[in-house]
Amino acid sequence: MLIQTHAQGFTHQRSSDVTPQSFYQARRQLIQHMASGVAGAALASWASRVALAQPSSTLAQKAVLDRVKSSVEGAMSLEKLTEYKFVTSYNNFYEFGTDKSDPARLAQSLSLSPWSVEVEGLVKKPGRWAFEDLLKLHPMEERIYRLRCVEGWSMVIPWVGYSLSALIKRVEPQGSAKYVEFVSLADPKVMPGLASRVLDWPYVEGLRLDEALHPLTLLAFGMYGEVLPKQNGAPLRLVVPWKYGFKSGKSLAKIRFTERQPVTAWSRVAPSEYGFYSNVNPNVDHPRWSQASERRIGEDGLFSKKRKTLIFNGYEPQVGQLYAGMDLKKYY
Amino acid sequence: MNLVAGALARFAAWSRHPWSKSVLFVLAMAPFACWLLAAFFERLGANPAQALLHASGVWTLRLLCLLLALTPWRMLTRNPALARFRRMLGLFVYFYAALHMLCYGVFDMSGELAEMFKDAFKRPFILVGWIAFALLSLLASTSSKRAVLLLGGHNWKRLHQLVYGVAVLSILHFFWMRAGKNDWVDVAWYGAILSVLLGWRLWYRFK
Repeated sequence: MLIQTHAQGFTHQRSSDVTPQSFYQARRQLIQHMASGVAGAALASWASRVALAQPSSTLAQKAVLDRVKSSVEGAMSLEKLTEYKFVTSYNNFYEFGTDKSDPARLAQSLSLSPWSVEVEGLVKKPGRWAFEDLLKLHPMEERIYRLRCVEGWSMVIPWVGYSLSALIKRVEPQGSAKYVEFVSLADPKVMPGLASRVLDWPYVEGLRLDEALHPLTLLAFGMYGEVLPKQNGAPLRLVVPWKYGFKSGKSLAKIRFTERQPVTAWSRVAPSEYGFYSNVNPNVDHPRWSQASERRIGEDGLFSKKRKTLIFNGYEPQVGQLYAGMDLKKYY
Repeated sequence: MNLVAGALARFAAWSRHPWSKSVLFVLAMAPFACWLLAAFFERLGANPAQALLHASGVWTLRLLCLLLALTPWRMLTRNPALARFRRMLGLFVYFYAALHMLCYGVFDMSGELAEMFKDAFKRPFILVGWIAFALLSLLASTSSKRAVLLLGGHNWKRLHQLVYGVAVLSILHFFWMRAGKNDWVDVAWYGAILSVLLGWRLWYRFK
């Protein structure tokens, strides 16, 4: 057999096995050249449709972040990346409106500098961290994570950042700290969504301390090699790949260490629908829809069957032990 | 005031024009045509299935509002010509409702009837949608002149008053679907419009 498979014991071990960004960008450019008539007319008519789907401004030319491929186990998914234009135009960021297209339009007025993150609560070293200091705290890594939204769709996104544990270890939690609360920015001057009462603002999310310390829990500063676009939670956000997307707070302003389980924004308005844990789980349905399958954005066509959702979004080997012995139906 | 009166008069004159029904037909087809074009040029956004499911639902509701506005409008402006549009608009409501069901069945449920059946009993808002669609199917299938003759005018009229029930079920379906996300703005708008239209009928009957 020429094609090596997992069944034969073959695993992609080297990060260089992932197609480099420059390669797939070159391919897109080639397709666009074809569409503009460099190739024959017949080919051009075929290619023009592909090119339409992938406009030339695939990347927004933002500041590039220096990074190395992550060596954290499970951090480099080999799945096809979701197109940048979809990741930046289809967002749930209710501070800027409830429509998926609102954040891309309305988040641009968000001012990113100066930015700081307040670390408070049960830590030995509380204090305000300037964004620039957080950038330098730890070397940046590229991590390719699946993102599963509670609404039944998913993406594959190359994030840039480092494990949140690096920051947690620096601020030294006290022995009594059991949970970590993440508070997003809530500035009514630039966030029109705060006028609606969909949620109680600010947006609050939380993790158990051991979840927050897990190496896969990422403090992200960028994606696709560049700094985060505003609609994706600039300048820094959380990414917890084995939980539904809403667990990963955007535009973080405060990180608080507590003894009691935080009351998160979504569990406050609909406790029966959005639990504290909200681990991706095909066996626990949302009260209003099934979680058994998902549609991969930009990949699964209109008529293709939806793909099966995996327990812990496929990160069970890495995070399953965090929930050993727990009834996941009760602690949804 | 003169401006409004002028516009109303021009609209009344237009509604009596022999081509007005054809123009309305083309207008009512426009959303569907837009979706076809958008689908062909891959302009339905990141989640085309969701976009079509949502759009077809919203347009069903919009045309239902327009349909239920016809009678009050006709009475208030004393313009009997508007009655000519009723059947066509009613069938367009059915057309968009059927597209909505098709999007749900094909994109969301992958065409598996057993799954759809299970889904209806798991999620109340789906069941409400199914009931509304069943009622609309009954009305659409008895929309011909033959059906009026067969049923007799009085019975036919009473049967077709079921459309008020469809309006209430549609709002309930929409409300329930949005309930979890605490997002009431759109539901409130359509609810208010339909309340006014149904309320006018109550007032007219008992005044």
